[in-house]
Amino acid sequence: MPVLTGKELRIVGFLCNWCSYGGADTAGVGRFNQPTDLRIIRVPCSGRIDPLFIAKTLINGADGVLVSGCHPRDCHYAEGNFYARRRLEVLKRFLPILGIDPGRFDYTWVSASEGQRWQKVVTVFTEQIHALGPAPRYDAVSADMLAKVAGALGQGGNRVAA
Amino acid sequence: MSRLEELKTRIKEALPGLECVIGWQKGFDPLHNTPLFMRSEADVDKLEWGPFNVHNPAVYLPTLAGKKVGIVVKGCDSRSVVELLQENLINRDNVVIFGMPCEGVIDLSKVKARLAAAGASAGAASAVTTDGKTVSVTAGGQTVAMPLAEVRADKCGRCQFPNAVLADTYVGDPIAPAAPAAAADADLAALDAMSVPERMAFWRYHMERCIRCYACRNACPMCVCRDHCIAQSREPHWLTQEDTATEKLFFQVVHAMHLAGRCTECGECQRACPMDIPVLALKKHLNRTIHDLFSYQAGVDPQAIPPLLQFKLEEDNIKERSW
Ligand code: SF4
Ligand code: SF4
Repeated sequence: MPVLTGKELRIVGFLCNWCSYGGADTAGVGRFNQPTDLRIIRVPCSGRIDPLFIAKTLINGADGVLVSGCHPRDCHYAEGNFYARRRLEVLKRFLPILGIDPGRFDYTWVSASEGQRWQKVVTVFTEQIHALGPAPRYDAVSADMLAKVAGALGQGGNRVAA
Repeated sequence: MSRLEELKTRIKEALPGLECVIGWQKGFDPLHNTPLFMRSEADVDKLEWGPFNVHNPAVYLPTLAGKKVGIVVKGCDSRSVVELLQENLINRDNVVIFGMPCEGVIDLSKVKARLAAAGASAGAASAVTTDGKTVSVTAGGQTVAMPLAEVRADKCGRCQFPNAVLADTYVGDPIAPAAPAAAADADLAALDAMSVPERMAFWRYHMERCIRCYACRNACPMCVCRDHCIAQSREPHWLTQEDTATEKLFFQVVHAMHLAGRCTECGECQRACPMDIPVLALKKHLNRTIHDLFSYQAGVDPQAIPPLLQFKLEEDNIKERSW
C-alpha cells in the first residue's frame, strides 16, 4: 500500500499555461513547501476550462477541484479569464443543488511570479478539502437517505406509479 | 368571428409567402394535441388553440433556419423564439410570429392522476371539452370535470408572459400576467430546504429512473447541437453508455450548464420526460443564479446578449477571493 494512503485526498488543479502554471513552477524552483494532494492539469487559458470539466471531475469522485488563471486584466489572451470568471462563479453556485459541497471547488488568480502566493493558495485549499474529508459519492448514498428524499417533491414531482 | 377563426384567416393570408406555419392539431386521442405543419389552407383548418397545446413549437425553428416559416406561439414559446433570435440561430426576416393570449396549458400527468382517482384511465379518453376554467374529460364512459387551475402546468400559475413578447400578428386582447402567486417554485423550494447530502440522494434517487432516451434534450428549443451533442460524442468521450446514476446525472448537468443564461423555463424538458424526472429544477436554479449575478432573464429582449457570452471588467456581483 502506498505510504500516503489515507493521508492524501484527490484534488485536481486546472492551471493556465501562462500564469498559474508558471506560478506553481516558481514555487517549486523556490523550494517552497507544499501539500502534495494536487494533481495539476495544464490548460492553455482559464477561458479554455469548460465548467463541465469541473462538474465531471467532482461528480466522478474527486475530493476537490482548484482552478487558477491569470489575474483579471493580465490574461495572455486579453479576456479569457473574464469569460472564465462568469462561468466558474455560476458553476460554484450550481454545485450545492447537485448535492456537492461548494467548498470542494474554488477558483483564483495567480501570476507566474507569485510563487509565494501559489504556495498559500494550494495550502489553504488543501486544508479546506481535508476539513471536508473524502467526498461522498452518488453510488454510495445510503438506503436510508434514498428513502428520506423519495417523497421530497410530493405529488407532482414523483408522479411515476410504483 | 371567434379568435381562433380570425387567427386561421390571418395565417391563410400569410401562407402563400411561407414554407409552412407551425402550430398544433388534435392528436391520436382527444387528450393529446400534436404539432401541426400547415402548408395548405386545409391544414390551417386543423389548427387548435387552447389548454391542450402543450408543445413548444419553437423547437422546430432551428431545423428550418434558412426557410421562411411562420409559427404560432404561446407567451412562453415566444420567449424561446426571442432567445433563438438573440443567438442568431434563426433570422428575424425568415420567421413570422402569430400569437394569441394564453390562459395556460394542462399538465398531462396531473390530468392522468385526476382520472385515475376517479377510476378512469387516461388511455380511454374519448372526448374533452374546456371553457377556459374547467377541463372535462370523458373516459371509460364517465366524465370527470377538473378546474384548469388545478391541472395546468406549474409554469402557468406563475406566468409573467401570457402574451407573446414578440409577434407580427397578434389576435385578441392581451391578458394580464398572473400575480406572482406562489412566491417560490415548489420544486425549487423543496430542493432549497434540503441539506447538501440530501440533494445528492435526491438526484441519485431520480436519476436511477432515467432511461437516457434524451427526450428532455430533444424537446428543448435551445438544445440546437442535435446530432453533435457531446452526450453522444466519442471524441472526446464525455459520457459512457454505462447505466449509472452518475452518468445520467452528468448528462443533466451538461444540459443545464449549456442552458445557463439561455433557458426560458418553457418546461419542455420535464414535460417530455417519460419518467417524470424533475429535471427542470436544475435549470430553474441556474436561472435564479444568473438573475442574482447578472440581473438577466432569457428570451425577453431580442437585442440582449446572453450573460455568459459577455463580461464586465469589474463584475457587479462577483467578489474576488482573498487568499
Ligand atoms: S432547458 Fe427545459 S425549460 Fe429550459 S428551454 Fe430547454 S426545454 Fe425549456
Ligand atoms: S427525458 Fe427523462 S428519462 Fe429521458 S433522458 Fe431525459 S431525464 Fe432521462
